This record gives sequence, structure tokens and C-alpha cells, in this order.
Amino acid sequence: MNIVENFDLYAPKLTDKKEYFSPGHRACQGCGEALAIRLMCKALGKDTIIVNATGCMEVVSTMYPTTAWELPWIHVAFPNSASVGAGVEAALKVLRRKGKIDDRDVKTVCIGGDGGTFDIGLQALSGTMERGHDLLYVCFDNEAYMNTGIQRSGATPFGASTTTNPAGSASIGKNQWKKNVAEIMVAHNVPYVATACPSYPVDFMNKVKKAREFKGPSFIHCMSVCPTGWRIPSAECIKMGRLAVESGVFPLYEVENGRYRFTYRPEPLRPVEQYIKKQGRFRHLTPETIESVQKRVILEYKKLVDRVDGLHSWDELELAD
Amino acid sequence: MEKKKKWPEDWQDVNPGLMVFRPGSAREYHTGSWRADRPIFDESKCIRCGLCYIFCPEGCISQDERGYFHADLDYCKGCGICAHECWSGAITMVEEG
Repeated sequence: MNIVENFDLYAPKLTDKKEYFSPGHRACQGCGEALAIRLMCKALGKDTIIVNATGCMEVVSTMYPTTAWELPWIHVAFPNSASVGAGVEAALKVLRRKGKIDDRDVKTVCIGGDGGTFDIGLQALSGTMERGHDLLYVCFDNEAYMNTGIQRSGATPFGASTTTNPAGSASIGKNQWKKNVAEIMVAHNVPYVATACPSYPVDFMNKVKKAREFKGPSFIHCMSVCPTGWRIPSAECIKMGRLAVESGVFPLYEVENGRYRFTYRPEPLRPVEQYIKKQGRFRHLTPETIESVQKRVILEYKKLVDRVDGLHSWDELELAD
Repeated sequence: MEKKKKWPEDWQDVNPGLMVFRPGSAREYHTGSWRADRPIFDESKCIRCGLCYIFCPEGCISQDERGYFHADLDYCKGCGICAHECWSGAITMVEEG
């Protein structure tokens, strides 16, 4: 319950009015990722350095000789945004120690798509998280390599048809389940891991602000809807993100020093069918397949509920004499 | 007066490392020409919640001095998110032209 009546309704007006991701970028109509970037920059503020792996956001935001960014921004190759971010963070530390730059808190933020995080950049990301650099990594997950024309990635969900595994008489599209990268990051024992979705803008911005405050590596997995690749009308971009959260496909939670917490608990869950039926990439799925997807989604959701509700790690434990 | 160059015409004009020193210069390109549908804001229905502003992927919706929201049609790509998300139905999409 909020103290102020209708706080959530009017909260958008309280955000920073400055745009750090300027209009005029060439993202597709209704791009959920461009929206996520815009909200992220609003939450981060001006003392930020962005390190961007190759992907949609690099392509659409910097058409040489112009740029849509109003923050210091560097583009690096597909696999190494996390490593370059680590270098930027170390360089800032040294320059500050030598007194060459102002002593103020400048956060390094690495951003990458799902290809640059789940598949190609995972090893660099893992190394950076393990070394404990003070940076924030935000993964914008649109569930395929949308930039090059909708190819399958580690983040593509089960049953989705993409151009490299199209659905047809011999295949139902992708045959494997989505990789749970947030869980991989939790296993690195980093201070802060969260999942977010721009369909819940206040929640997303709060998570980015919180991650900015942590001294150490933090990771945010942001589901960003791609109307082009998911084969949905551009107007339903926000709705689709909301359906993903409310059906339990992409639950919103945060892990603070190992403690799980739901930031939005959508119970009772909506049937997955409502989410799947709207998307062209799942059009070929039969009711039996949808049934199996539903079972798996509920299983994954229950596993998460177990981790949230069954937390006994902070209980007192008596040791043997 | 020398005409301002839109892009480097020679390799000597290119900055080392292809650095761009004009933040936010993508504003020079008006994406409004992509639009097929145009949002129409009805002020009598608007409750001034700012939802269209927060959900616009372009960031082209801004608040005027009376508190109502309007889209900058130079940049609006006509995705229809604002019309779809508006609580009070104050925004409708009409076909361009």
C-alpha cells in the first residue's frame, strides 16, 4: 500500500526530465530496448560512462557522424564489453588517485544485448564479476540476435521460430530452453542481481538506482520486447512485457547479497497461452506443446518461489564443540 | 559562407577513433518521416499522469506549461504505444495524410 494515493499512477511525472538518449535514434517503431535504455539513462544520471557491446543499441544510436548519446559512450566488440568496462573502471580509479580528475562518483555501466551477454560475452562477464570491479552490467534481452535479422541465441525461448531455426514440418523452432543468466550471476556471489522489465518503469529505474549505489559488480537482466522479432504489433510492446511478467515467464525479483526478494509477485499467474498466442514467433505451437511450456514455466516459477520463501541461510547455526 | 558538411567527405575529415564530439546530435535526423499513424492528444480526457511520456521509446513526448502532454511530431515514429497504454483513452492514432 502506498501512503500517497495513486502514487504509482503519477510516479512517471517525478522522473528526471532530461533525456540522455536523445530522440532521432534509428530504433524500430515501438522498440522496447530503446525505451529501456532511455529509462536506464534517466535513472543513472550524468556521472556515468557507458560501455556498449555490439548489438541493436550500438547500431541504432550511433549513425556516424552523429550520436544519440548524451553520456560518454564507447563501443567495443561483441564479446568484451564487460572487460572494457573493467578497464574503464580501473582507469578512473587510477586517474582519481593521481588527482587528474575530480573526486566524484562516476559509475561505469556496461550494456549488451542477449547475444553479447548470454552467448558471446559470457566469459568476459564472468571474469569481470569474479574480479569484483565496481560496475553495473545491464543485459537487454530481446531473445534473439535481432540486429542481424532474428537469429537464434541462448536467450531464445523454447518453441520460438527464428531465421536460423525456422519452424516447419521437421522442427518446432528452438528445441532448447532459455538460459537463466541471472542465476549464473547469482552463483558469482555478486552484491546485486536483479531482473527488470521496462513495462514496469518505476521498478526498473529503482533497480538501476539501487545497483548504482552498490560498490562492486552488479547485474540487471532486463527483458526488452522486440516487436519486429517477436512478430507483434508495435503498440503492444509494453503489454507483451507485462504479460511475460504476469504469466511467470519472466518473474521480477532481485538478489541482494544472496537474499532473494520478489519485487512484483503476480499471483495467481496468467496462463502462458495468453502470452504465447499473441506472438507470431510461437504461431506454429500446438496445444500439447503449449501445455508442456506451461508446465515448465510453473516449475521454474515454483523453484524461484522456493528460493524466496525458503530462505534459512541467515538463521543461527550452532557448530559442534 | 562555407556550407556545413553533413558527413566527412574525405578521410582527413574523420576524427581519430571515429569519435563524435556532438552529444545528442542524432536529433538532426527527423525520424518523424517514418510515421504511418499520428497520435492525437485529447486534452479533455487527459488526466496528466505522464504514462505516455514514460513509455515513449523515442522520448519525444513532453509536458507543456499547463501540464498536458504532446508528442514532437518531428521524431514520433507512430508506434502507437502511447495510445495503447493511455489509461483514459485520451490518445488516438489516426492515419497520416
